[in-house]
Amino acid sequence: MKAYDVIIIGGGPAGLAAAAAARKNGIESILILERDRELGGILNQCIHNGFGLHTFKEELTGPEYARRFIEQVEELGIEYKLNTMVMDISAEKVITAMNREEGMFELQAKAVVLAMGCRERSKGALNIPGYRPAGIYSAGTAQRLVNIEGFMPGREVVILGSGDIGLIMARRMTFEGANVKVVAELMPYSGGLKRNIVQCLNDYDIPLKLSHTVVDIKGKERVEGITIAEVGPDRRPVPGTEEYYPCDTLLLSCGLIPENDISRGAGIEMSPITSGAVVNESLETNVEGIFACGNVLHVHDLVDFVSEEAAMAGKSAADYVLGKIKRDTASPDVKIVATDGVRYTVPSVINVDRMDGNSIVRFRVGDVYKDHYISVYLNDERVLHRRKQVMAPGEMENVVLKKDQLAAVDGLNTITVKLEEA
Amino acid sequence: METRNLICIGCPMGCPLTVTMENGEVKDVTGNTCKRGDDYARKEVTNPTRIVTSSVIVEGGTIAAVSVKTKSDIPKEKIFDVCKALKGVSVPAPVKIGDVIISDVAGTGVEIVATKQVEKA
Repeated sequence: MKAYDVIIIGGGPAGLAAAAAARKNGIESILILERDRELGGILNQCIHNGFGLHTFKEELTGPEYARRFIEQVEELGIEYKLNTMVMDISAEKVITAMNREEGMFELQAKAVVLAMGCRERSKGALNIPGYRPAGIYSAGTAQRLVNIEGFMPGREVVILGSGDIGLIMARRMTFEGANVKVVAELMPYSGGLKRNIVQCLNDYDIPLKLSHTVVDIKGKERVEGITIAEVGPDRRPVPGTEEYYPCDTLLLSCGLIPENDISRGAGIEMSPITSGAVVNESLETNVEGIFACGNVLHVHDLVDFVSEEAAMAGKSAADYVLGKIKRDTASPDVKIVATDGVRYTVPSVINVDRMDGNSIVRFRVGDVYKDHYISVYLNDERVLHRRKQVMAPGEMENVVLKKDQLAAVDGLNTITVKLEEA
Repeated sequence: METRNLICIGCPMGCPLTVTMENGEVKDVTGNTCKRGDDYARKEVTNPTRIVTSSVIVEGGTIAAVSVKTKSDIPKEKIFDVCKALKGVSVPAPVKIGDVIISDVAGTGVEIVATKQVEKA
């Protein structure tokens, strides 16, 4: 069985940044496994701009952002296999994969970085009544068809869900001559970034109907029309509010789910909230030597933060291989409690002795909060109290935990991240 | 006096902005809670611009379309002229990032450049 020090599952933004970081931290033997025909992952189809403001201080398109990391990986001489699907990861870090040239094969890794990204919530998961005619696509599928395959999936479009991909596709289909009639969002707030609502919908007079959902799909062979209705506070349709839109296409942009099917085989503990692995300050899962980063860990809004997080996972994997991750620590593993509006945190466990300087703790809130404070408590003492004018589920937040501050607390047993009213 | 209503994109707050104008000049911006809102509103009502991103067909490449963008921002009202100018355009593979696809798109004086590398099939 061929062996590598670090094997990275996925060659998208997370995998590329993790690989580069592992190499820069002293690992020669690295392999990236990518199932697509090229590196870059979802960035290849995200041809709009706005990427890299944080990392490169300039606005790049998705493929341009990807290219910068691909070039880094190539310059560092990091090995990768394309068109290669990973079937299984064992707790012993044996990876079973397959491709057309080599058939099915096994690889032994000393450390594994999970960087498989996420997938879209499908229509099956959404319980929309009506037939299942042609013309219903996830927003990401439509994005790939238009931007990579050069093919328009429809002309008269209704979009369900106001996730960022749906908003971006509303504009993209408009550019290609389609008539986007309406975006319906079940929740009373948008799931996408404000900037996308303004620049993708308002710029083109595409209405966004909040608290609305699809109640019927008309058409047997092909979509002929969509009926949407307003929903009440219980999110059930309100009778009498139905509106019919003739159209040939329905795009679904209703959320993303980390793609963790192969993680489970290794016995990795999952968070029911993020659908990603439970990780500690080193982004290590409960299985020693298996790390996770990017959208497979928790769904991000901005790729810049994926790159940053993945570089941390890549460094941790390198440290693990080099025996630099401390195992017999004097300090205990301390749970981060997410409460009062904070849905989850990544990481969710911190061991002060293992912290490599400060730790960035990322989280999302469960609702729209105006004029609230983000607070961090170490045991019962409040150490951070930051006022935010507005927080929304669609925008990831973060706090930085300082190692010396944590180390100074005697008997630290809980870290709490919560929202407090002004 | 005329007024324009905008939503600020400076941050997630999304302040509703009201811009008062007279003879094409901004007299007042209200509704913003910070300086960024004021800057955004003034630019947006006097000279709104956008980077346009799209794709064109690539012939003989490993994929069917190559992504492109306007090299710098163009006036907002020219967006659809740019889209029209990109219709039916095709380029032969290979294509490199930065390759000029159209030198002056829709009379804007701005280049359309490739944003993705496409190898020969």
